Amino acid sequence: MPQILVESLVKTFHLAERVPGTWGALAGLARRRHRTVTALNGISFTLREGELLGYIGPNGAGKSTTVKILSGILVPDSGRVEVLGKVPWTHRIETVAQIGVVFGQRTQLWWDLPVIESFDLLADIYRVPAALYRRNRDELVGLLDLAPLLDTPVRQLSLGQRMRCDLAATLLHSPKILYLDEPTIGLDAVGKLAVRDFIRRLNRERGVTVILTTHDMDDIEVLCERVIVIHEGGLFLDGTLKQLRGRVSSERRLIVDLARENGPINDPDAELVSRQGRRATLRFDPARVSPAGLIARIVANHEVADLFVENPPIEEIVARIYGSACAPLSRSARQ
Amino acid sequence: MRPYLAVLSARFRMLLQYRAAALAGCATQLFWGLIRVMIFEGFYLSSAAPQPMSFPQVVTYIWLGQGMLLLTMFGPDAEVRAMIQAGTIAYELVRPVRLYWLWYCRAIAARFAPLLLRAVPILIVAGVFFGMRAPASRGCAALWILSTAAAVLLTSSVATLMTISLFWTISGEGMNRIAPAIIWTFSGLLIPLPLLPNWVQPAIRVLPFRGMGDTPFRVYMGHIPPEQALLAVAHQLAWTAALVLLGQWILNRGLRRLVVQGG
Repeated sequence: MPQILVESLVKTFHLAERVPGTWGALAGLARRRHRTVTALNGISFTLREGELLGYIGPNGAGKSTTVKILSGILVPDSGRVEVLGKVPWTHRIETVAQIGVVFGQRTQLWWDLPVIESFDLLADIYRVPAALYRRNRDELVGLLDLAPLLDTPVRQLSLGQRMRCDLAATLLHSPKILYLDEPTIGLDAVGKLAVRDFIRRLNRERGVTVILTTHDMDDIEVLCERVIVIHEGGLFLDGTLKQLRGRVSSERRLIVDLARENGPINDPDAELVSRQGRRATLRFDPARVSPAGLIARIVANHEVADLFVENPPIEEIVARIYGSACAPLSRSARQ
Repeated sequence: MRPYLAVLSARFRMLLQYRAAALAGCATQLFWGLIRVMIFEGFYLSSAAPQPMSFPQVVTYIWLGQGMLLLTMFGPDAEVRAMIQAGTIAYELVRPVRLYWLWYCRAIAARFAPLLLRAVPILIVAGVFFGMRAPASRGCAALWILSTAAAVLLTSSVATLMTISLFWTISGEGMNRIAPAIIWTFSGLLIPLPLLPNWVQPAIRVLPFRGMGDTPFRVYMGHIPPEQALLAVAHQLAWTAALVLLGQWILNRGLRRLVVQGG
């Protein structure tokens, strides 16, 4: 039985809007115009226990809306949702007792309280038994290196420190499911690595199911086996990272370091993408051109110091999905 | 109960920190109290007609009102307003607790902490220097404490209702301005209610506002006789129950139409 079930989920928002300018403001007094925005337009997916799902899409695609529906905050227009066998918005309290949520841009800690007091208060709010609370807290303090921060008021923490505390705060009640909404937003490199490493351990060692929404493709690349891409409220793709790459484009990159500065490089089957001193980046389609043959030919015809093949960066792929290139690309991917 | 008590006590402890504000507040309220006493003194000196309350009773009534003014310093919970404006309200909703009781507990703490911090010093100063009298009897004192506790519950239910109105108004500024004017007039914090004209008395008796000030004040001085005091407390509690139910109903409607933007 899946732990999370989402079927044909639809959510629209009605937003009041007005014509710009003074006249618009006056007209708005008499009659309000409303615009309907479809945030989710028939999304379906299921998630098994212990999965780590990357949930990606451009701003406004409906990622956060999905997370808010799954955590019982928002009520959808139609569709079926079950989290741990319950409908989250009708059984909000039972559902949220078993999940943890981090909204990366916002803190759940009490601004004026020392971190440890926020933890104590959360343990009370979630009715965590004292012994379990002590065990979870001590373990999380160790894993996330929070010991030096515990007595600091939250407002004095740096963003990275705050995020580590927020992650710990979300896990004090041993949730079975964790929704992470942009947990690495605004963090520096060290902070990101710490957060990623922690998420991975949590998933592997404790078997916590994780839904991770992010714009940071490194998060996805490092953490997620499975990704769901949503675009304009619809499901664009549900599969592995490899399938995501294949869906958009199967191209590979061949990076060649030539022995001499500005040496010429050309091959009929590969296209030059960029050139930087001795380094040339070529692209080719492995479905059409054999990589081994291409490499052999290039090595034979040029003076090569080093070369390697890589996948195009995931950012580029996602940018193509998000961008105007989306329609023709997805059509060609379907062929 | 554990989550609600924890929130109540955390909030209470937090509010007890505002000692400087309490000190300044005490000074202001003592000053205004003196002015109000002087106004009523002038009024009593200029009128020969018999009044429903004696002047010393009015003085005691005024000082009790000054001491408990913060009970009716209404307005939506500033922290909840900040949460709704910033979107962190989402976190309130992912807690396994009933939102109404969570906010109600915050409202109780928001009234009870300043009540202790201000009422105690003001009443002591007023009792020693400014002619405030002791309770009419020990029984009256006990009933006064009971009635004051009921007033905290009652005012908290109104405050929670205002907090809930934030779902529609977002800023709550309008509520902040209208509510005190109505509540101060009808709870006796401007003019002792027995001094208001006879034709408004029936309305005053029915409305909840007298339970926020007038009832405990008059119980204290025995102006409401002890045998009627329990009935007056019942009036406070009945209105509390009604407003709590109304608040829960409105909150549920608010949650249905909730839009948590962004993020």
